[in-house]
Amino acid sequence: MQDTSVPDQDRLIIAGKAYTSRLIVGTGKYASYAQNAEAAEAAGAEIVTVALRRVNVADKGSERLVDHLDPERFTYLPNTAGCYTAEEAVRTLRLAREAGGWNLVKLEVLADQKTLYPDMSETLVAAKALIADGFDVMVYCSDDPVYARKLEDAGCCAIMPLGSLIGSGLGVQNPVNIRLIVEQCKVPVIVDAGVGTASDAAIAMELGVDGVLMNTAIAAAKDPVRMARAMKYAVIAGREAYLAGRMPKKRYADPSSPLGGLI
Amino acid sequence: MNLFLNGEATEAPDGATVGEFLRQLAMPAKGVAVERNREIVPKSLYGTTRLTEGDRIEIVQFVGGG
Repeated sequence: MQDTSVPDQDRLIIAGKAYTSRLIVGTGKYASYAQNAEAAEAAGAEIVTVALRRVNVADKGSERLVDHLDPERFTYLPNTAGCYTAEEAVRTLRLAREAGGWNLVKLEVLADQKTLYPDMSETLVAAKALIADGFDVMVYCSDDPVYARKLEDAGCCAIMPLGSLIGSGLGVQNPVNIRLIVEQCKVPVIVDAGVGTASDAAIAMELGVDGVLMNTAIAAAKDPVRMARAMKYAVIAGREAYLAGRMPKKRYADPSSPLGGLI
Repeated sequence: MNLFLNGEATEAPDGATVGEFLRQLAMPAKGVAVERNREIVPKSLYGTTRLTEGDRIEIVQFVGGG
């Protein structure tokens, strides 16, 4: 989908594929799949994260995600939400590849239910196993630059540090670390988790990250479709501001109007 | 024969293949993945993989998630 508000040459490239949109959206917590689809459209998203779960054999008539979000149109990014060990995560993504036929996946191995903080040692083990098995791994991680480097060295195709805890809406809590990761990384860096409102997304993009991934900020807004649109503009605004290069901060005023010719 | 589908006890005709089992469940093969005793059954083998007594079958699909 062509978006004239994005400069032609500025593309997000993940695992060799170019995307116009730098906003990746989740598909959880919406009132309905129909609302979910409308929000994804409004966000201008080209990639959507999806989960893999047991089919409900007793209720085959229930709506399916694929009926609302066409996998031919949106890149499905299967996740491993709910996995607490490398073994569970690898098992889940192998099933996802069999179900969808895609190699691009989002790996997340969580440490505990209270924080959903990523377990980085398990994450690294899972990443290595998946890459050896031919997956393109976008990896949810802490904002630790050392682990980010290890994951990149292992061959992950995108590094996705948290802005703050999943579903917290607290924005980017450690901009210094996010910037360190941006400066060292050669693959795309995507802030995944923590964005609460449009300014959070813009702040993330102004740090120089390549994209933002969010779910709850849109799904839990009073008007999700309108918030999706706001996020689209925020990501574009933050990206453009980053590329434009902001003015230096000063401690005192600097008049914008000429001082000469005053009456 | 008795087996387990997504953790619940169920039954299938003796000697049924994975493909026949999915048809019995009226389950489309597209968009799902099948695991038999923790090993993925590729779609290409649905017609030749026979279920056996006590098999633990998982059938999964994509749902909304973050």
